[in-house]
Amino acid sequence: MTRFPLALAFVALATLPLWMPGTYYVNIASQILFYAIFALGVNVLAGYAGLVSLGHAGLFGIAAYAGAKAITAGYGHSVVAVIALATTLVTAAVFAALALRGTGLGFVMITVALGQIVWGVAYRWISITNGDNGITITGRPFPFGLSLASPRGFYWATLVVFLLALASMAVFVASPFGASLQGTRDQPRRMNALGYHVWMIRFLAFLFSGFWSGVAGLLYLYYNQFVSPQMVALTASAEALLMVISGGTATLLGPIVGAVLVVVMKNVASAYIERWNFVLGAIFVVIVVFMPDGLVPGTVRVARWARSALGRA
Amino acid sequence: MSLWFVLAVNSITLGGLLFLLSSGFSLIFGLMKIPNLTHGSFFMLGAYLATSLIAYGLDFWTAALLGGLGVALFGGLVERFILRRLAGAELAQVLVTLGLSFMVADVCLMVWTGDPIRIATPAALRGTASVAGLGFPKYRLAISLIAVVFAAGLWALLDRTRLGAMIRAGVDDAAMARVVGIRVSRLFTIVFCLGAWLAGFAGVIGGPILSVYPGLDGEMLPLALVVVILGGSGSLLGSLVGSFVVGFLYNFGQAMFPELAYVVLFLPMLIVLVLRPQGLFGRPAV
Repeated sequence: MTRFPLALAFVALATLPLWMPGTYYVNIASQILFYAIFALGVNVLAGYAGLVSLGHAGLFGIAAYAGAKAITAGYGHSVVAVIALATTLVTAAVFAALALRGTGLGFVMITVALGQIVWGVAYRWISITNGDNGITITGRPFPFGLSLASPRGFYWATLVVFLLALASMAVFVASPFGASLQGTRDQPRRMNALGYHVWMIRFLAFLFSGFWSGVAGLLYLYYNQFVSPQMVALTASAEALLMVISGGTATLLGPIVGAVLVVVMKNVASAYIERWNFVLGAIFVVIVVFMPDGLVPGTVRVARWARSALGRA
Repeated sequence: MSLWFVLAVNSITLGGLLFLLSSGFSLIFGLMKIPNLTHGSFFMLGAYLATSLIAYGLDFWTAALLGGLGVALFGGLVERFILRRLAGAELAQVLVTLGLSFMVADVCLMVWTGDPIRIATPAALRGTASVAGLGFPKYRLAISLIAVVFAAGLWALLDRTRLGAMIRAGVDDAAMARVVGIRVSRLFTIVFCLGAWLAGFAGVIGGPILSVYPGLDGEMLPLALVVVILGGSGSLLGSLVGSFVVGFLYNFGQAMFPELAYVVLFLPMLIVLVLRPQGLFGRPAV
């Protein structure tokens, strides 16, 4: 029964540039897709592993910086992608080795610190990163003869990557590895007693999460043709986490709903008010205080409570 | 010679400021088990409040005390009305403090605009004092002195008073402390207000050196995190040692490797994490 809505959603997504009025909306849809990939990556850790990272913008940003440096050095786009993702994976391995020294809040603190190091390097190491001015690149790739220069072309390419990411998540969640990761979240000591290598499971999950964050970062680079320290700031990590939490952690569709919510809010908010950071912080507080299980389950709960309260009156 | 001397003095000053900032952070972390991500905002908010108070004609020290009090009041409200609702859900508490820090930063930007504001050095402390043939900037000496006084005061509070004994009991085992009749929730409020006050006060007295500008919160918070990771959470001695280590690394790092100052700063933290995850003076997690 779930096949029909899925197929409908797929058709709607695939034909979106054909019925969306104007390229502005197509561009927003592309943004939603690559942020959704990022959120899916963050969700592997925050949702399925129970390890909340506030340094993932570091990985997202490193991919973009590595890509931008490779492009300015004159490499072809496929080499650029390999360089960017390899750099991200190596960084993710270093991050994981350090951050997994702690769990719970220790993990949060270490990831904040690691994310801030990347930010500090991006901001201060001017000879490499061009500091606050960032790096501008020109040109998007042409995979298989499809030009990504137009908003439509870019949208379709992003959609393909997004579907790949989603499929990999679906496989991952259903796999024994996904199940053991959730085991390390719920009962790490029992998993250890059962002979699972808890640390290694978490480490691999971190790499998997880092890989998709890097892919999203590379798409971000191609979309904006620009990368600056803002992309790796703590705010960016928090935004990604907000997408995951607002949609509902440890669900496949939650991070996607969250990405839609945050990107739309951000674009709407910045069109009408200047205070996006205030709005972001306020949504964060409201969701965490009143709907800790995420927007989708939270709304259902609030609606049920309202109905029963009305029934009693 | 003189460059190293100036760097050393600056390092000690920054260490003193960091101690004021991170001792509260460390106490809150030790007792409530949450890294309070609004701590950098407290520092910035205190400094901004003081600039307005000084503009109204108050003198520097009154403004520092009142700025700290304003921040403590804000901290108390946050603890009482938001964090307490989420008691037991540490992760939710951390995320709330993060959300609040964004809100505070944006409100400060709205109220005090984006231009850096410099707090004037109090008149009595301008210029240098000559000690043992070396010229020390008076104001920086004063900050170091204040840090020493606060370190002694906090130590006496924690080690010699009834309240301190209750706080230590809460840090060690909050559940058992509750069982023997200590009102741990009230301790939470007290410690949170105290930490907020220290951070706000540090922001004001740091004002003549650092100025106040948007983004100051984001610069101070990681420093406090490093101090606590280095020193170990909940340990006053750890905060003290960690603060000065960070103070020296930051200043010398910036002078010697200006582009990599941040990396130099975080390296010792990484080494400590690998070799001694509980921090230099922390106790291993049970």
